[in-house]
Amino acid sequence: MEEGKILSNAVEESGAAYAVIHEKFGEAISAFDDNATMPFFEVQDTALWTDIALFMRDHPKLKFNYMACLSGVDYLEEGKLGIVVNLESLGVFSHRIAVKVKCPRDGGSIPSVAGVWHTANWHEREAYDMLGMPFDGHPDMRRILCPDDWEGWPLRKDYRVQESYHGIKVPY
Amino acid sequence: MAGQGSLRLSRKSDDVVVLEKDLSTEQMVLSMGPQHPSTHGVLRLECLTDGEIITEAEPYLGYLHRCFEKHCEHVDYPAIVPYTDRMDYLAGINSEMAYCVAVEKLLDVEIPRRVEFIRVIVSELNRIASHLVAIGTYAIDLGAFTPFLFCFRDREHILNMLEWATGARMLYNYIWVGGLAYDVPAGFNERVLEFVNYFRPKALELQQLLTENEIFVKRTKGVGIMPADVAINYGWSGPMLRGSGVQWDLRRNDPYSIYPELDFAVPVPDGKLSVVGDCLSRHLVRALEIEESLKIIEQCIDKMPGTEGFNPRAAVPKRVRPKAGEVYGRAENPRGELGFYIQSDGKSTSPLRCKARSSCFVNLSAMKDLSRGQLIPDLVAIIGSLDIVLGEVDR
Repeated sequence: MEEGKILSNAVEESGAAYAVIHEKFGEAISAFDDNATMPFFEVQDTALWTDIALFMRDHPKLKFNYMACLSGVDYLEEGKLGIVVNLESLGVFSHRIAVKVKCPRDGGSIPSVAGVWHTANWHEREAYDMLGMPFDGHPDMRRILCPDDWEGWPLRKDYRVQESYHGIKVPY
Repeated sequence: MAGQGSLRLSRKSDDVVVLEKDLSTEQMVLSMGPQHPSTHGVLRLECLTDGEIITEAEPYLGYLHRCFEKHCEHVDYPAIVPYTDRMDYLAGINSEMAYCVAVEKLLDVEIPRRVEFIRVIVSELNRIASHLVAIGTYAIDLGAFTPFLFCFRDREHILNMLEWATGARMLYNYIWVGGLAYDVPAGFNERVLEFVNYFRPKALELQQLLTENEIFVKRTKGVGIMPADVAINYGWSGPMLRGSGVQWDLRRNDPYSIYPELDFAVPVPDGKLSVVGDCLSRHLVRALEIEESLKIIEQCIDKMPGTEGFNPRAAVPKRVRPKAGEVYGRAENPRGELGFYIQSDGKSTSPLRCKARSSCFVNLSAMKDLSRGQLIPDLVAIIGSLDIVLGEVDR
């Protein structure tokens, strides 16, 4: 039971942080999902994501100075691609929260936060490499793990691998 | 910087500065890697150099990309464990630990206490082995050959013990979701204690060989300084972040397993031997952590419950099918925070999405800024201090 108690405290802290963000951005962000494993909220107005990120990093009550992880996700049923960002206040407060940002599967894009957290630079390149949504305002939007001339976006659910790459048979 | 009538300063030694006049210079592209021994694997750095000075170094990755995340979507949860071994192949057990910690957050299982103790002992042993490789190869990068041999001699003892317990030397598949593959063999604890007693003086000897070695100190002190706030902004973790003076250790700050019950210090450089945030600080943190790991192992052996009625697979589910939801679970690896973002739909036995947040990948992303304006030999010192494993960078 001890562990459950610690978890609920963590969720409470994330909730308090969420309230500060909600006060400023109101309808631009969704309601707070207070699940025990990864409390999160979703950015509804995607264009505001960079502003929200900057606010979260710099507000004296939030100080989310550490981006632990940024994962690209394919939401096939919703017809969307998205990112899940795990943020944390390292050394200042102990709260953490996750943020989701989504964009349409075809031709959508997400604002970049590489200027807010340096670490987002490579994470966003990886998400682009694997799922194919560009990040607006990214300083260096290239593929990172796959070769530059690779076709398709490997982590999309409907990905089919190309037949050959420079004369080498790919599927085996 | 092609210049006519340009002046060029270079430093020959501490007190001799050479001034060259009318020396036209131009930028040159120098490709380092992917088969360069000091890049610790298949990393390629495209350096733009002006004489001996690096003006820009751009890392190129992906030579070892094995589609870990795509594989995860096609195999079930327990079958992902061997893949995590192959990410950071120098610390396989720590990678398994991070993955199992993440999955167990989604599952409602109670892990037997003895399992937790064994997990911590083997992962701390693996941490020491990994740090020994880091220190040994770092020394060899900077021209010191002897410490490398010492490190590998002692790492061999650890690998032999792990082989005895798990059946494999590097790719273990020992920590399972909910438990362990096997209990440790009879007499394992005694042999570990024997090793700890043997290794303590050796670790000190290693410290003296390197940190009291003037050549080593000259090559690393004040080189590649990373300020604490920039390190946090870059998402650095583990010995890299602690090298910049931030006392942050997930075993302390986001505790998992039985670490809250154990007494150990989180060493950070005090600025007496090194400049806080430089290559030497990062090396010192690793060297000091070895001692802390030894302490943890001793305490675990002391407190470990006995084998009565113990089944290492008691809590291992027949089918791992976590409830619907998402989790970001992480653990302190020898190289920093290894995190797994896992998305489960509650029906399938394989994850919808499993992303590995690799510590090396994130630490390496600062390479461009760290190398700007450095000398080429110092670039080697910086890469070595990052202690990257390309298997984890590229996944």
